Formats: sequence, structure tokens, C-alpha cells
Amino acid sequence: MSVAFSDAGRKEFERLLARYPEKEAVILPALHLVQKEFGYVSDEAIVYIAGLLSVAPAQIEGVATFYTMYNRKPVGKYHVQVCRNLSCSLMGAEHLIGHLSRKLGIEPGETTPDGKFTLSEVECLGSCGTAPVMQVNDEYHENLTEESIDAVLDGLP
Amino acid sequence: METVLTTHFADERYRFIDTYRGFGGYEALRKAISMPRDAIVEEVRKANLRGRGGAGFPAGVKWGFLPKDMSRPRVLVVNADEGEPGTFKDRRIMSRAPHLLVEGLAIACYALTIHKAYIYIRGEFVREAGILDEAVSEAYASGFLGKDILGSGFDLDVTVHRGAGAYICGEETSTLNSLEGKRGWPRLKPPFPATIGAFGLPTIVNNVETLSDVPWIITHGGERFAALGCEKNGGTRLVGVSGPVQRPGIYELPADVNLRHVIYDVAGGLRDGKKLKAVIPGGSSTPVLRADEIDVNFDIESMAKLGTMAGTSGVIVIPEGTCMVRALRVLMNFYAHESCGQCTPCREGTGWLRKVVGRIEAGEGRPRDIELILDLCDNMMGRTICALADAAAMPAQSFLWKFREEFDRHIRDRKCPYGNRF
Repeated sequence: MSVAFSDAGRKEFERLLARYPEKEAVILPALHLVQKEFGYVSDEAIVYIAGLLSVAPAQIEGVATFYTMYNRKPVGKYHVQVCRNLSCSLMGAEHLIGHLSRKLGIEPGETTPDGKFTLSEVECLGSCGTAPVMQVNDEYHENLTEESIDAVLDGLP
Repeated sequence: METVLTTHFADERYRFIDTYRGFGGYEALRKAISMPRDAIVEEVRKANLRGRGGAGFPAGVKWGFLPKDMSRPRVLVVNADEGEPGTFKDRRIMSRAPHLLVEGLAIACYALTIHKAYIYIRGEFVREAGILDEAVSEAYASGFLGKDILGSGFDLDVTVHRGAGAYICGEETSTLNSLEGKRGWPRLKPPFPATIGAFGLPTIVNNVETLSDVPWIITHGGERFAALGCEKNGGTRLVGVSGPVQRPGIYELPADVNLRHVIYDVAGGLRDGKKLKAVIPGGSSTPVLRADEIDVNFDIESMAKLGTMAGTSGVIVIPEGTCMVRALRVLMNFYAHESCGQCTPCREGTGWLRKVVGRIEAGEGRPRDIELILDLCDNMMGRTICALADAAAMPAQSFLWKFREEFDRHIRDRKCPYGNRF
């Protein structure tokens, strides 16, 4: 399967290229763009970006696998990422991860059979004063309780 | 108390340029470009402004490391890769007062004759990156960025650049590699970034809070800023308090505020009548303190005397009833996950710390495990390119030194006395 940016994506890619003195600097933003357009960073997308930048696919893959935010496998429509670091743990994160697991019927690292939710445990999200916290796609949800988690997830189309 | 940063944080519209200017915003930049460049650097030096990213290096001195030779263009990189567990202050600045940062970086660039600045923000901060993008656009439209700023003939271009989830990218040379599109591997120093930094050019890397202090320093003078702090650290600090306290949050406080005062008065003490057990004072890497050690000033020197660090001033409050082995296991998971893998002592050491602390918590610890952990730490500290190995070893050592009995008990009883939970 071949991939290509949409017209808008291609335009954004060109805009990014002009922002940096070296084309390689576009690799991180380009991978964000890939994930936004295709949902995850597939092997085909890596070859595609490598072609656009005239670098080896291995160079792109080396970068893509170093950073945790790039999904090398498809994730659900909603990627629920719960912080498990110390401030969140002290405020009940372990308990809430258990609640999410039971509610969605999956363990951390898994995706629901309908493809709607992926549950992940992540390291510090930089929101320690409003712990516990989770990120659903790009959005932070803070001061979580079982009830507020239910309200957020049940409200998603 | 006089505040430098948070004065208008409560105003929802402060993040927009009109409101920011209504409170005198960008007047410091106007003043700066009427000053000789050296005089600006001198004010920052007089301000005794020490880097707010954790290391506490004097900002004015750092600026002085740029080569005198102007033949190569210079670069400013704003380190907005806030990721040290317990730290959430820069996010607050960027979401409430992005123009403080933009104005501060513009002044710094003018003073150092830098025409290109990058704000490297952690990838998870999508909302904050959007707010910064908008603030940067507003500043361009108002003539505070771009070509011929305020008719001075000075040009400055600013790009907001998102990371992609890697704690190590907060280490300044790793930030540079990541900005260049590489894996976030720290670089060997020397050469230091001031000589060879981003894209091979002389580069200054400053923390968000550090640069956001600069407009106030230019407006009110370095001496007045210095007077707000203590002898060796000028100004105020944003202190973050997290854990089960009455009022967790970000507070702007004098650099030498008393740590007990921060926890019990500013943050209101612990919730639900809980007692204090331990405090991690300056982000997860800094050695832990027992409850009886906190009647101390929270400045860089006082913390060092106590064998710990003020770090990023992210205070994590740990209540009685918390299993310290489990707490350490959480931290060791983190460092093992975030080690970039470049240096063997760190890659292997953080993995072994995770494994050994994990098995103690699981009731499978061995009698020699305490010795093994201390030996691992000894083989990690000071033996790697960057400080991540030390950042993992310091909490491990200090948890053992301060709460040894809990580790012994886990090993002796072959179970967690707290029932393997927080």
C-alpha cells in the first residue's frame, strides 16, 4: 500500500521545509504530520518521508522508533494515555488504570476489538499539580476520578 | 511579595498580545533595543539569574560563552521540553503568559545578536505549542518579531518545534540533536553548545522560566531582581507542589523560601489529616528528604548542604502510608524507560535498577540486593555522557540511605508490608 500526504499535508510539509536550515530537521515535524494524516507511522510512510527528504528509510525509522509518541502500529480512534509516574501514582493513578482496564475490557498496550480505544500507560505528562492525569489523543484531562473518566470516555462519539 | 512572572496569570486574556501590552508588555523589548547590547547582558549578570531548568547555571555567564567572532550566525534554543517528574512550571508560563517568553527571548536574541530562535517544546504539549504559535504570530504582526523589529534594523525569526516524547531531550545537547531531526542522544562536551550547537552554529540554550524573567530584569534593573532572591540566586522561583496536599499547584516564591513553609502554609499541608513521610524537593532526580529534614531554606546552596538539590523546584510530597520501595520502583521504571541507550553504564544500570528494585517490591528480593543497588549506582554515576545515569542513581541511593529499613523488611518478610499498592 502506498501512502501520500493530502494536498493540505503536502503544503504543510513544504512550509516546514522552509523553516529549517537543514532538511533533516523536518523529520520530527513530518512524522507528526504522518501520524495526523494516517493515524500511525507505517513502514510505507517511513519510505515515503525518506523519499521526500532524500535520506535512507533506516534514518527515518531510527528516529521514529526512538520517540514514544510515534505509533509504529495502528492505535484506536482514541488513544487513552494515563500517566503512571510518582505524583500521579500518589494520587491514585494505579487504581484509575485498573478502572480503565475494566471499563474498556483491555490491558494497557491493547486496543478494543471495535478499534475505538487504545489504552497506554505513559511516563510523566508534566501535569503533576493536577494529578492524576490522562491524555486522550491531543487533549489533557486532569484531576481525574473514576466518575470524570467515565464522563470523558462515555461522551466520545 | 513582589512577583516577576505570575502577576497577571489569573487574567484569562493575558495570553493575548493586546492584554499583555495593556499591562506594559513589550516595553522591556523597546527599552532593550535602545540600550547597548553589552549593557543588557550586564543587567542579566547583575540580576544573578540562575538557569531555572534544574542545573542553576548563571544565565549571564552562559551568554558570555558565545565566541566573540561574529563570522558564524548564532542560534537561541528555548528549552521547553519540561519532563522531569514533579515539574510543571514551564507549562504554566506557556499557557498563561506566552508573551513573557517571546519578549524575553527577543531581548536575549537582540543582546546576543541572534537572528534565529527555536522553541523546543515537548511533543505532548500540543495545546501549549498552539498557544505559543499564536503568540509568535501576534508578535510578528505587531512588529516585535520578524524584520526590522521596532525600526531597529534587527531581524529575528522564531520557530516553535515539537519534540515527540523523550525525557532525555531536555538535556541541552540532546535537545539540539532532536531539533536537527536525530535521535535525542546527548553529545560529548566539549565542544559546548556555545561553540558548536544547533546546526553546527554557536548556540545558547535557555529554559522557559529563565528567559521569561528577562523582561522584568530589563524593566526594573538587575539589582532589583537580585534583591528579590538570596545571595547566590536572584529573583523568584516558580515552585510546583504535587502529591496529596491541600493546594497542589505552581507558586511564585523567593528563591530561599523555607521548604516546610512551602508544604504546610503555601500548599496547605497534607490532605485527609495525613502525616508527611518524605519529600522529593526538586524533581524526581533529586535525593529524597525525610519529614524531619524539611525545616530548611529551599535555595540551591542550602539544598546542596543537605545532600540534595533545588533542581527544577518541583516538590513531590509523599505521605505516611506510602511504600517507599514501590515509590522508588515507579522512578526506576521511568529512568529505565527514558535512558537513551547510548552509554552502557546508564542503559544497563537503569535496567538493572528497575529489575532489582522491582523484585524487592514483589517480595522476591535477595539479601545482597541492597549492596547490589549501591554497587550499580557507583558504576553509573559520573561515568556517562550526560547526567541521566546520575539522575537515576541519586534517588536510588537516597531512598536506600533514608528508608533502608523498608527495603530490608521487604527482603526479610518476602512481601510488601503495604500490600503492593499505593
